[in-house]
Amino acid sequence: MIALEVINLSKEYSGRLVLKNVTFNVREGEFFVIVGPNGSGKTTLLRILDLLEDPTSGKVFFDGEEVDYSKDRVALRRKIGMVFQQTLLFDMSVYDNVAYPLKIRGALTKVDIEQRVMRMLEDVELLGFEQKNALTLSGGEAQRVALAQALVTEPSFLLLDEPTANLDPKNVSIVEGVLSRLNRENKTTIIMTTHNMFQVERLAQRVAILNEGEIKTIGAFRDVFGYQSPLAW
Amino acid sequence: MAEDLFLQEIINITLLSLRVSGTAVLMGALIGIPVGTYLGFRQFKGKKTMMRLVDIMLKSIVNTFMGLPPVAVGLVVYLLLTTSGPLGWLGLLYTPAAMVITQLIMVIPIIIGVTMSAVGSVEKSIKEKALSLGATENQAAWLVLREARVGVLTSIIVAFGAAISEVGGIMISGGNIRWLTRTLTTAIVVETELGNFNMALTLGAILLSIAFVINLALTILQLKGSRR
Repeated sequence: MIALEVINLSKEYSGRLVLKNVTFNVREGEFFVIVGPNGSGKTTLLRILDLLEDPTSGKVFFDGEEVDYSKDRVALRRKIGMVFQQTLLFDMSVYDNVAYPLKIRGALTKVDIEQRVMRMLEDVELLGFEQKNALTLSGGEAQRVALAQALVTEPSFLLLDEPTANLDPKNVSIVEGVLSRLNRENKTTIIMTTHNMFQVERLAQRVAILNEGEIKTIGAFRDVFGYQSPLAW
Repeated sequence: MAEDLFLQEIINITLLSLRVSGTAVLMGALIGIPVGTYLGFRQFKGKKTMMRLVDIMLKSIVNTFMGLPPVAVGLVVYLLLTTSGPLGWLGLLYTPAAMVITQLIMVIPIIIGVTMSAVGSVEKSIKEKALSLGATENQAAWLVLREARVGVLTSIIVAFGAAISEVGGIMISGGNIRWLTRTLTTAIVVETELGNFNMALTLGAILLSIAFVINLALTILQLKGSRR
């Protein structure tokens, strides 16, 4: 089943087309990776999918339902989790940062929130960091908190904008472990951008090449890169 | 006996100063923080030329009013509250209420201006991050205000500092009446003119102490609140 469908999506900034008729779809529970050089439009594409920006033209469907960018987007946005390239946390404790998306939804009791937050912190190997101010963390720890924030609500879709850029191997391994498990066990649909080809081999079920705002090719790693990775699924 | 009276008068003057400035700042915060937050938020909305122009005009007006000459404010309040003035029927001239009004007019632009700047300086991406995590516009706005809390508190402290040390405006609207509208600053002027340097110096020391406490609080807040 198709979870996300993007049809002829274009985005223009001050007369410059940064996305040109981008068309692709992502299956439910698929780990879909977008690769492309800097300035190819990857971040813009994810921001449009996260409903933070409007497309200039084109259509986006989540679970078969077309996104109306002119309407209030809170309900749909709450089904999506996003991890930004630049880690940005709030000036509060690690616990409060991770609990924030649950608190604003107002659907869970304090006890339920605590259970979920602690489970999430365990997943990203940050137990014991709850009371630390999030702004005092290292880059790797901060990115793991950002990942926990995006995952704590158990979103149907997870968007990741180069989530392991600037992380050391240990942190990359932790993040990748969480993502693999999430995709395998929860069947979360994941769309990730990266520069790291090894990461593409390790994680992607399908990969798309985005260059100068255009999708050049889409397919399994072997089809796109011409050889079978020994690490492939 | 004379010493008792001296002490009593100093206490009266100090308490009146704190009451007048405190009331003005409290009322100013109730008006200034929401307005400053709104203006600070405007930068997050649209990039249309017209909106930008309105934005620039509004912010320039606020910044201009942040430097209002207290004497001019006192004069305007005097003209409004004097018997033949449009608000003369209220009978507020030469009362602490007139002084509160004077200081309120002065502190509102300060609180708006500093709050606006604090909210505006919170990274735009903080709001986006909140929205991305599922916040409504109001929840995101509240989060931005929370992130700007040190700046907002600073606006209150700066406004209080300006109010408590102001002299010209309240001298005109309050009349500097002994036991009624005489504050630390106006009393220092009078006592100096009368040659009562003992009293003037005592009052000056009290004023300086209050200013020091305010600045100490401000520094501690800034140190605690700066993004690590």
